[in-house]
Amino acid sequence: MSTNTSYKLWKIHGGVHPPFHKEESTQHPIKRAGIPKQIILPIQQHIGSPAEPLVAVGDKVYKGQLVAKANAHISANIHASTSGTISAIEELVLPHPSGLKGLSIVIDTDGKDDWGQSGKYSTYESYNDVEPELLLKRIQEAGIVGLGGAVFPTSVKIEGAEQNEIDTFIINGAECEPYITCDDMLMREKSAQIVAGIRIVQHMINPKKCLIGIEDNKPEAIQAMQQACENDPNINVINVPTIYPSGDIKQLTKILTGIEIPSGTRSVNAGILGQNVGTIYSIYQAIVDGIPTISRITTVTGKGIQHPQNFETLNGTPFSFLAEQAGGYTKMADHLIMGGPMMGFALPDDKPPITKATNCALFTSTTALRESNSEFANQPTLPCIRCGKCMDACPVNLLPQQLYWHIRAKDLEKAEQHFLNDCIECGCCSYVCPSHIPLVDYYRFAKNEIRDQKIAQEKANLSRERHEFLLFRKEREKREREEKRAAHKAALQKKKANAKKNGDKNNGAKTDSKADAIKAAMARAKAKKEQREQEKKTTDKTKKENTVKEISDASNKEKEVKKDEV
Amino acid sequence: MIEEILILVGLAAFFGLVLGYASIRFKVEGDPLSDQIDSLLPQTQCGQCSYAGCRPYAEAIAKGEAPINKCPPGGETTILALADLLDVEPMELDEEAGETPEQPEVAYIIEEDCIGCTLCIQACPVDAIIGAAKQMHTVIASECTGCELCIPPCPVDCIIMVPIKTTVDNWKWKKPIPTEKTYPVIPMTLIEDDQE
Repeated sequence: MSTNTSYKLWKIHGGVHPPFHKEESTQHPIKRAGIPKQIILPIQQHIGSPAEPLVAVGDKVYKGQLVAKANAHISANIHASTSGTISAIEELVLPHPSGLKGLSIVIDTDGKDDWGQSGKYSTYESYNDVEPELLLKRIQEAGIVGLGGAVFPTSVKIEGAEQNEIDTFIINGAECEPYITCDDMLMREKSAQIVAGIRIVQHMINPKKCLIGIEDNKPEAIQAMQQACENDPNINVINVPTIYPSGDIKQLTKILTGIEIPSGTRSVNAGILGQNVGTIYSIYQAIVDGIPTISRITTVTGKGIQHPQNFETLNGTPFSFLAEQAGGYTKMADHLIMGGPMMGFALPDDKPPITKATNCALFTSTTALRESNSEFANQPTLPCIRCGKCMDACPVNLLPQQLYWHIRAKDLEKAEQHFLNDCIECGCCSYVCPSHIPLVDYYRFAKNEIRDQKIAQEKANLSRERHEFLLFRKEREKREREEKRAAHKAALQKKKANAKKNGDKNNGAKTDSKADAIKAAMARAKAKKEQREQEKKTTDKTKKENTVKEISDASNKEKEVKKDEV
Repeated sequence: MIEEILILVGLAAFFGLVLGYASIRFKVEGDPLSDQIDSLLPQTQCGQCSYAGCRPYAEAIAKGEAPINKCPPGGETTILALADLLDVEPMELDEEAGETPEQPEVAYIIEEDCIGCTLCIQACPVDAIIGAAKQMHTVIASECTGCELCIPPCPVDCIIMVPIKTTVDNWKWKKPIPTEKTYPVIPMTLIEDDQE
């Protein structure tokens, strides 16, 4: 049973309190978004290698059918989210900040939502009696990834946790990003299932304690979760103070346990496993209901939408369909942001699909964004006045303005020394910046640049190795050729010298016999030649005689013919 | 007097021996400076710097015979790194050497046209082309440095340069363009007024 009052919480450095705008989308219960005409499934919706398509254009697929298979350890299966026919496998615009295209499987839906004959997976209702290995295999098969936003394959994460001793299992229900309420609504409505999901993971990794962290601006969710795990002494629901970014797993770990994950190490090394509540619900669905990850809860909200609310959305549903379900756009709609205003990214239009990573579709206006001081508001940038507000706001204790100056001066090495890679890109620094400098954009740029330089360096090292080997090989071939020639020459000289020596000394029997053999051969050849010439002469003679005869015969005949004519 | 001299001579002899031994024992193979320079060069082995490869160019820079701005594939990054290492002023890329490619490229052999002459294989500085006489050749894209040395020897012009495709994995965030507002300079008259 949870007791909040006695639980000690730690404070994180910095953080901000942006306008949270959560109430807009929590007025209605979660609604099923329904089946759109077309489902678009990008083969890469997760961290790791893209999945490999298993279907061809024209194939009929059933709901829950595996359409793309994980072909590496860090990859995830993708399933058809409804039944229909594969109409294309082509490059389509991805819901990604780059706006790039990526290979996607397009399903023309038939509206039947047919599970087919093979149907769902077998269910493990008494999961406590099932081997953890089997459960892990199911989690892998079901294509479950971290739904909090990282989209890292969950099976790989749990496997890593199984190999380490896990002290604290943290369930992340903090949901600190403004506007997003999908975890809040899920906890309100599916608390029993989430608690069952937590027990499944507990059975697999045996943690010493289990903490559910929920921000105190979600009283309904806290109450629901407390009720669901009332009789369980091992699960504690903890309400944490509302501050952005408490929902980042490293920050939540600090708040709940006081442990700071050192730079460059992972949570599991510190004995901590963190899972988002949405992921836990997916695990429950895969194990108990036998359903793969084919849908998720997505918040549709913002000033640009008529009826903000949460939807249970099929994976691959286009944003446009979701907007329609929420009553369509208002006049103010001029931006579509996937995720929240702090960490999300803008999409060029509403055609891309919802993927496993899409927790929120924020349809909003520039004025609303300016209110929450978002980067997307495109406010004119002013010079940095070195006020240091960003430093106070940074939750990971970095020096944002130092990083900014180093990156502007293209001194990436210095930026790296200032722990640029520990930046979680939460956007607190950009949010508090009175000069509206898009600081996080600088950090993202610099991180990518450093990554590319490292790749280039690796490639340069490889090229150097190969070039040096090529030179070495050419040199070796030359040397070998010369050695061969020298050896050949030496052998010849030795032979000559030997022959001379032998000839001078005693006309050795061996040489004699050899010379004799040569002489004999020459004699034989001469004889043969003479014989041939002899034969030739005789044949020539006979030939000549014959021809003379023929000619005379012919002339005689001619004469006779002429006579006849006369 | 003699004692002091002997002590000093003795010390000199002792340290001489120590130094002499150290110079043999801790001898540095090769030229460390040219090694350091070589490690900063992009290793395309393209020869656009007019040297036979990256190492000869590095050696020339180490000797002070070549300027640091002759490497187009490395571009500004390499020039800055070299300037930093050698403690000299960075300079603009030498236009005669060539231009920095906007996007990295790799060679691609149009396989239908290839006659299997092996000329490109011999030209490749990093053994990134595989094939044999009268057999079709192909480029190992991950090993290709994009030096373009295989293009001129090809008798049927079947090698082209293809830009490396940008995917979600190698896509980069752009550097934000600082659109800082500028303010008019305070008029001189105002300051003069102040002084009065």
